[in-house]
Amino acid sequence: MQTSESFSFKRMSNGQRFFTLLKYAVLIFLVMMIIGPIIMVVLAGMRTNGEFQSRPFDIPRGEIQWGNFTGILESDTFWVAARNSFYITAAVTIINLSLASMLAFAFSRLTFFGKGIIFNILSFGLLFPTVVAILPIFLQIRDLGLINNLWGVIFPMVAFGLPGSVIILRSFFIAIPNELEDASYIDGCSTFGFFRFILMPISRPALMAVATLNVVGAWNEYFLPLLILNDPNKWPLPLGIMQFQGQYGTDWARVMAYVGILMVPAIIFYLFTERFIVTGLTGGELKG
Amino acid sequence: MSAMNLKAISQAYQQSVPNRTRRTIRKTLVASVFVLPGMVVFFVFLLLPMIESAQFGFYKWDGLGPLEDYRGLDNYKKAFDHDVFQTAIINSFRIMGLSLIIQLPVAMLLALMVGRGNLPGRRVFRLLLFLPYVFSEVITALIWRYVMHPTDGLLNWFLGHSVPGYDNVGWLAEKDVVIYSVFIVLTWKYFGFYMILYMAGLQGVPKDLEDAARVDGANIVQVLSRITLPMMGSTVRLTVFLSVLGAFQQFVLVWVLTGGGPVNASQIMGTYIYKFGIKSFNLGYGAAVALILFSITLVFSIGYQRMILHQDFASDVSL
Repeated sequence: MQTSESFSFKRMSNGQRFFTLLKYAVLIFLVMMIIGPIIMVVLAGMRTNGEFQSRPFDIPRGEIQWGNFTGILESDTFWVAARNSFYITAAVTIINLSLASMLAFAFSRLTFFGKGIIFNILSFGLLFPTVVAILPIFLQIRDLGLINNLWGVIFPMVAFGLPGSVIILRSFFIAIPNELEDASYIDGCSTFGFFRFILMPISRPALMAVATLNVVGAWNEYFLPLLILNDPNKWPLPLGIMQFQGQYGTDWARVMAYVGILMVPAIIFYLFTERFIVTGLTGGELKG
Repeated sequence: MSAMNLKAISQAYQQSVPNRTRRTIRKTLVASVFVLPGMVVFFVFLLLPMIESAQFGFYKWDGLGPLEDYRGLDNYKKAFDHDVFQTAIINSFRIMGLSLIIQLPVAMLLALMVGRGNLPGRRVFRLLLFLPYVFSEVITALIWRYVMHPTDGLLNWFLGHSVPGYDNVGWLAEKDVVIYSVFIVLTWKYFGFYMILYMAGLQGVPKDLEDAARVDGANIVQVLSRITLPMMGSTVRLTVFLSVLGAFQQFVLVWVLTGGGPVNASQIMGTYIYKFGIKSFNLGYGAAVALILFSITLVFSIGYQRMILHQDFASDVSL
């Protein structure tokens, strides 16, 4: 922390007090804008559709409509989609993290022919918007016979995520002192041994950050599965909710219940991993 | 490559090449174990398809039959003559401009308020303001479709109860309004991301320097404009870069929110490619438009890196 003096409203001048109140007014207004729609979702799911449409933002005055939630949670399609989402997310995260840490190790601590060029080709990948790359990827997946196969979604997502993951991990690996590496080699460690038993364990914060960003990205991905998976039994949750929305589009309360259900794991995950997300996005500069 | 092979190669070189070269080759072999798996996946599932698709833009092709109906530059001409394509480009630039003049300053203001200092509750504010970043584009778009519903939506209900004489606005239904509504939703989801980056940048501004300026009689605006913001230069330059690229790379959120409508009024580059290229089986045309979009982002990133970002990063980091 850069400031050491503690906050005291009493010791402030009138101008400072006004300024602090103004800050709170702005912050509270913006926080309302952020969480207003989220609270609306929860309130909508607990009421009937008619109640929701006549008063979008109101506490349940009649009976709480648990049926909106249980109807979804008792359906097989929901759990099939949840399972697919889980498989895709786990596979993307594990494969991306393994490949990216190996690449980042090579780009940060090894010397080899073509290092600069290969790294530039990889970072070039940051420039491909999904919508530009989706068509060529679709054709490639079709040629490989992976249409309707979860791997046909997983591998392109890994490829998309690699440049970002490698750049984050590489900057972290570069910061690790050379003396550590030299010492491990003098003690008889191989290149692979240094990577596996020294670099990986001390890089846990960076690895957690990359893993978290991967989980968020893979869990939320909509576009690739939309094109590559035709069989509803293979669909992950973002496709599941769109299908549900297509069926019950006029029953807002039910759709909002589905949205609310999907928000729960996202918010829980966020509360536990917020610091890793922040580390990943800012290269570890933001603390406190 | 088998161990036998490695051994044979290394023996052959031991007799013929000087020591330094030999070591370089050994190092390259070790490195390839680390580099190859990742680069093969990257190459097979992203780079190679992208390179191959550059040629599709010269054909009329539905993606199913053989690639044989060569049309030269027709697809490109067709795109620039298409009024919806023009709308899409203009809208993408609008989103970009609005992001730069509204999203980034708001994010900066919030970072200054809760990024440091001793304001009680600042961690809670940070947590809440950044929350939408973890929600999927699909969820975000569905929520806002209901929030912005013309007659029963939360936004009109709220404004109707707090602004006297307010008339319902068709946020997503009126041609002249829809792109700004799209921008509001994009801001809701993404400004927290920039706020976090600015907070990180703020950690690099020494508090002593600002205090010294205050002691010398500078007011808060002077401290901000002469010290704090200039010292955050590299972060600001990076967020401008990410924000511009982000504006052109948008797709899913806009597609689920409006589908590009009403009457194509909210098409952006991404939704245009999907609707007129992929969904309508004009894959050749889609590839041509995708190449135009890619060229815009490529020219921008190379130019921006050469002219602006190079002062912030060592030459080998090209983000």
